[in-house]
Amino acid sequence: MTAGTSTPYRSGLRTGRDGFAQLLHAEWTKFRTVRGWVIGMLAAALVTVLVGLLGPAGSCEGPGGQACKPSAPQVGPDGEAVTDSFYFVHQPLAGDGSITVRVTSLTGLYPPNGAVPAGKGPLTGMRSGTQPWSKAGIIIKESTRQGSAYAAMLVTGSRGVRMQYNYTHDTAGRPGAVSATSPRWLRLTRSGDTITGDEWADGTHWTKVGTASLAGLPSTVQAGLFVTSPDYVVTTQSRSFGGSSSTGGPTQATARFDHVSLQGAWPRGAWTGDGIGSQAGGGGPRLSAGFRQAGGRFTVSGSGDIAPAVAGRRGGGSRTIEDSLLGAFAGLIAVIIVATMFMTTEYRRGLIRTTLAASPRRGRVLAAKAIVLGSVTFVTGLAAAAVAVPLVERLERDKGLYVFPVTSLTELRVIAGTAALLAVAAVLALAVGTVLRRSAGAVTAVIVAIVLPYILAGASVLPAGASEWLLRLTPAAAFAIQQSMPEYPQVTASYTPNMGYFPLAPWAGFAVLCAWAVLTLGLAVVLLRRRDA
Amino acid sequence: MRQALSVGWTSMRDALHAEWTKLRTVAGTSWLLLAMIALTVALSAMAAATVHCPTAGCGQDPAKVSLTGIQLGQAVVAILAVLAISGEYSSGTIGITLAAMPRRTTVLAAKAAVIGGVVLAAGTLAVLGSVLAGRLILPGSGFTAAHGYPMLSLADGPVLRAAAGSVLYLALIALLSLGVATAMRDSTTAIGVVLGLLYLFPIVAQAVSDPQWQRHLQQLGPMSAGLATQATINLGSLPIGPWAGLGVLAAWAAAALLAGGLLLRLRDA
Repeated sequence: MTAGTSTPYRSGLRTGRDGFAQLLHAEWTKFRTVRGWVIGMLAAALVTVLVGLLGPAGSCEGPGGQACKPSAPQVGPDGEAVTDSFYFVHQPLAGDGSITVRVTSLTGLYPPNGAVPAGKGPLTGMRSGTQPWSKAGIIIKESTRQGSAYAAMLVTGSRGVRMQYNYTHDTAGRPGAVSATSPRWLRLTRSGDTITGDEWADGTHWTKVGTASLAGLPSTVQAGLFVTSPDYVVTTQSRSFGGSSSTGGPTQATARFDHVSLQGAWPRGAWTGDGIGSQAGGGGPRLSAGFRQAGGRFTVSGSGDIAPAVAGRRGGGSRTIEDSLLGAFAGLIAVIIVATMFMTTEYRRGLIRTTLAASPRRGRVLAAKAIVLGSVTFVTGLAAAAVAVPLVERLERDKGLYVFPVTSLTELRVIAGTAALLAVAAVLALAVGTVLRRSAGAVTAVIVAIVLPYILAGASVLPAGASEWLLRLTPAAAFAIQQSMPEYPQVTASYTPNMGYFPLAPWAGFAVLCAWAVLTLGLAVVLLRRRDA
Repeated sequence: MRQALSVGWTSMRDALHAEWTKLRTVAGTSWLLLAMIALTVALSAMAAATVHCPTAGCGQDPAKVSLTGIQLGQAVVAILAVLAISGEYSSGTIGITLAAMPRRTTVLAAKAAVIGGVVLAAGTLAVLGSVLAGRLILPGSGFTAAHGYPMLSLADGPVLRAAAGSVLYLALIALLSLGVATAMRDSTTAIGVVLGLLYLFPIVAQAVSDPQWQRHLQQLGPMSAGLATQATINLGSLPIGPWAGLGVLAAWAAAALLAGGLLLRLRDA
């Protein structure tokens, strides 16, 4: 019997640390050990890809039996899809030089009902009037090949004088319409790879409108007069579920030029007139494109457009890369279910009390959950999108569908943006789950908030204005990050949500979802601190 | 003792009574029904206020516009129906329910009847509110007799069909949700699956390049087919007829209930 002191038991284990890294590790362990959540995430990736594969499925024939093989747009110098058809009165220009011209009139014809009456000659039933972006002016172009580099000074139907080059670039000059009493003097000067556009604006001296740098321009280029006029588009609301549809027809513009003066190494020979591209858009009847020369006066008629191509989501078998990511909606629903459960299960099973006992700083618990969930979802979404986009694109090309080319930077933005969208939506669902503590209500709230506005905006029921506001204010705005085709002010088209155009810029739309997630997460932290668990 | 004599019909009546008591006394039910009516009418009124018909032949369907809110209301109906069964699983009362009422099919049938009936009643209120909102608001948005639109009225055959069809639509959505939830048991997964079934078909139909497939997807989707019942003009351009569309949704609901019923009978609770 020794009356010694007994040494209290000391665990051989080190005491636990309560650093943030440990918290992250704990949440990660929770996530990875629940089989249903891991399966849910894998299912999210799987359905994203599988639903995407439905896109190119089916036969390649329309209801009327016509092949859905579209008339593929040309590819411009920067790799983007372009339209390049106009009437070109040209001569070769070797080395540096300039061309100056006076435009005295620009008139046009268009089909009033959006279609040319059949069988009565190309211009029967046409009404006179120019399109806003009917173009006439002077152009210096790499060659007569469609899609080649160019710079042009032009007058338009109702957008004043412009300098445009390489399809996407557009600079405004003097506004106002051209007429015999108010003619426009235009000049293009080539010096190496640089082309300067000037306008005789105030009657006393030349004013520079813009400068184009066309890298790799050959020493001999084609230069001269051109006229073109884009299709007349009538947008009608569809009566069924399909959204609004557009019909249109080719239009024609005619311009008069005089005082053509050339400086530099021109052959001083006869002018050649060439229709570049089909001289009527939309596969309609050929219009009477051509030119007449009498003395120093030229009358040139043309049809078409020199502009970037615009995607119509459901038009004629042409596809955009975001079409391959519609499966992300299915993935999104799976992600939202898992994300909500990541929080609400803790409440249902009472695990939340253990969690909060182990880590009493409640805000940090939520932060750790958000980080773990966001990262897991981002990686899952990235893998799914990185598989879906190239795979679907490949299948579509094999099928003969036209996929609008985009730069790899845009493709990267669409893929990574989709992953980020899923990740932020997961954090939003986590926050809503924390606020409501009930999974059914939370899941419904998040799905309805993200998916329903997209459906309502895409259906043809609401007018375009209301649809656009839905896609500005609700979390569905984030799908703007998938939009690969930019909106061009110099091309008239229906840039509506159901054609795949979002009212906000890609990252701005994504920021709207982020704002919703941050606000809800803030509310969740406050409530988590205040309420008993 | 009544139990001693209990035959099928009596037990069905008891089951109905039990289910009605459960649904009536659960805290969420009345709030969810009120929320469903309010959200449906609110979205319908907003749609009616934003849509404009500036000229004759603007191609808009006034009945469809003023019933837009159903697309939101159905989500609340889905919650209600899913919780009616998933709530029993999460709280464990399913054990007591099945001990008291061992005929599991009868339990599910009673649940379906009670939920369906409640949703029919609440749905009627929501649809009447939406039609009334449309009737009051639409003339101000240009839906006037001068533009070829008589005032929205339930005395008009197609409008009555659109309204009654929308009520039936909500009830069928409730049955579909109940069936899915019986099969899934967990409320989160069940509600996700239901909303996925409803909302994904119209979105995926957009992504398909083949127009035939597009049409088939719209004919197959429970929401895109079921909501065809709301159309009152240009019926020829619909992917599916109004009643056939409701039939498709009814088939979905029947299949879901059948699957749920089978799993309920085969599995341990």
